[in-house]
Amino acid sequence: MRIVFKTDYMQDIRPWKDGYQLSLYLLLLAVAIAAPWWLDDFYLGELTNVLIWAIAGLGLMVLTGHTGQASLGHAAFLAIGCYANIILVEAGVPFMIAFPVAGLITGIIGATVAVPALRLHGIYLAIFTLAMSILMDDIIVLAEPITGGVAGKYAPPVGVFGFMVDRWGTPNEFYWLTLGVVVLVTLGYINLLRAPLGRSFIAVRDSEVSAQAMGVDISRTKTISFGLSCMVTGWAGALMGLYAGAFNNETFSVVISIQLLMMIVIGGLGSIHGAFFGAIVIGFLPQFLSISKEYVGAVFGGSTVAIPGLEFGIFGMILIAFILFEPMGIYGRWLKIRTWFELFPFYRKDMFKRQKSYLKTERLR
Amino acid sequence: MDNLQLLISGLANGCVYGLIALGFVLIYKATEAVNFAQGDLMMLGAFITIGLTNTEYMGLPFWMALPISLGLMAVLGYLLDRFLIRKMFGESQTSVVILTIALGFVIRFAAGLIWGHEPQTLQNPLAGKELALGGLVLGMEDVAVIIVTVLLTWSLYVFFSKTKMGLAMQGASQNQLAAYYMGVPVKQVQGLIWALGGVVACVAGILFAAKGSVDPATGLIGIKAFAAAVIGGFGSLPGALAGGLIVGVIEPFASRYIAAGYSQIAPYALLLAVLIFRPHGLFSQVRTKKV
Repeated sequence: MRIVFKTDYMQDIRPWKDGYQLSLYLLLLAVAIAAPWWLDDFYLGELTNVLIWAIAGLGLMVLTGHTGQASLGHAAFLAIGCYANIILVEAGVPFMIAFPVAGLITGIIGATVAVPALRLHGIYLAIFTLAMSILMDDIIVLAEPITGGVAGKYAPPVGVFGFMVDRWGTPNEFYWLTLGVVVLVTLGYINLLRAPLGRSFIAVRDSEVSAQAMGVDISRTKTISFGLSCMVTGWAGALMGLYAGAFNNETFSVVISIQLLMMIVIGGLGSIHGAFFGAIVIGFLPQFLSISKEYVGAVFGGSTVAIPGLEFGIFGMILIAFILFEPMGIYGRWLKIRTWFELFPFYRKDMFKRQKSYLKTERLR
Repeated sequence: MDNLQLLISGLANGCVYGLIALGFVLIYKATEAVNFAQGDLMMLGAFITIGLTNTEYMGLPFWMALPISLGLMAVLGYLLDRFLIRKMFGESQTSVVILTIALGFVIRFAAGLIWGHEPQTLQNPLAGKELALGGLVLGMEDVAVIIVTVLLTWSLYVFFSKTKMGLAMQGASQNQLAAYYMGVPVKQVQGLIWALGGVVACVAGILFAAKGSVDPATGLIGIKAFAAAVIGGFGSLPGALAGGLIVGVIEPFASRYIAAGYSQIAPYALLLAVLIFRPHGLFSQVRTKKV
């Protein structure tokens, strides 16, 4: 059992608990940086994909996990980030400028969208964003002169610090670029959570009335949360566009929005780890299914036929299982396992019991 | 005359949207849960009826298959509540939304596995018949859709506002604990409303499959029906139908008078406008909450 003795107030604010935890994360980072040397190109590409999804998940986590505003429309912001980045690069702006600017543009659009959305609660907000995501598909088609419409656009190789980075030509460099963005976004996120702004996000999530009573400006907080969330999602979208190489209006369909929300739910709402765990599930599920299908086919013989929609079916079942049995997601399960080991003989069953509340409506008729 | 024809076919489409929206609103009204799988339940209802009626499957007579499939969907709705939704008592609305979206995925997968991914049409006694009304030529299916929808909406409205059970359902949604103290069997009420939701979805599915064809992805029109429900004001039964009709009518007119590409956009643009200017829908049921 490991006990952290607190001898200083700064220890509560520090991003890491103690040296042991810090060294674990540094080790993880070192392993991640060295990935191109211990992984072949195929799995490196998959890992890059997982990291990009993790960035998008972090973006949505700010909004849904920490501010409590469910969005079913983040694919729209992925699309905005992706198109903004490529259009800027095609206009001759260097990638190192185009990339952050694409995120900023997405963030500003997101914050603008938030203004009408602020009046909406819970389910209405989800529908609002869902409609936005569906509209984005059609807007891309209608704005053909800028976006290339149904024919789509191709991502050119981009220059980073003098290196030309390309998904297929230089997978290692593309991986490091993605990893760099992941690390920066994650550090920013950790920093946000210990700053007053991040605390006010959580306050708004837990109770708007109480947050307001404590002096949190609700609409300002929600708008900033929307903006930050969309900015990070925009970066993920830009990377996704580079990763895919070619994209059109259907690349960022509403299904991606739904998948993104489900991803962070599986991973664990309200935790940075959750975005990564969820991304791993989303990224490796198709591979895992095709491998296990081969295995099943080898054992029972001849059942290697492709089953359309299998991926979504399995995904739905996993999700249902998680919501019923582990609402805190993979991260919640991990916390329980870790606590069990840390407290070894003293873990009790109800340590993570959640308080239930009964339903009351706002409707009068 | 063209416009009138367009209007009637739009109304018939709108009725199907309205029926799905009705399913959403029913469940929302009685349990405050939003069932995103309603469109997929509709698709499942359609496929069950096709499986019973069509000659390449079981080939039962249509009027015999009808009560069987309605019954099956009612049982399915009840079981869904019994084993999934009831476990979510006291959880947040968003979790229920995500649960039902996942449920939709699973239903779509199951339907694709059983009936394949080809579009199929329900063989029904009204197929191909037409009704000529002074220059207007209406498909009998369209007429049937409109009549059935209006009757169903009216009877559900009466059920909710007049009968004891309907009032109990409203009570159970407004305050579960208080309703329980007043002797409302909250769990039973919830099971019943999900069964009813299943039946309404099945009716919508049968009408949809008779008018056009269904495939497992058809359930996605549930999103459009969702827009309809919100435009009408979530929680109001006539509102759901009105929203459905508005969406159904606006589509063909937008594609005729603006441009073909805009018929997709029109319902959602309207939805966004309604949400911005009247956040609780045209037939709003929410007053400002007092703390």
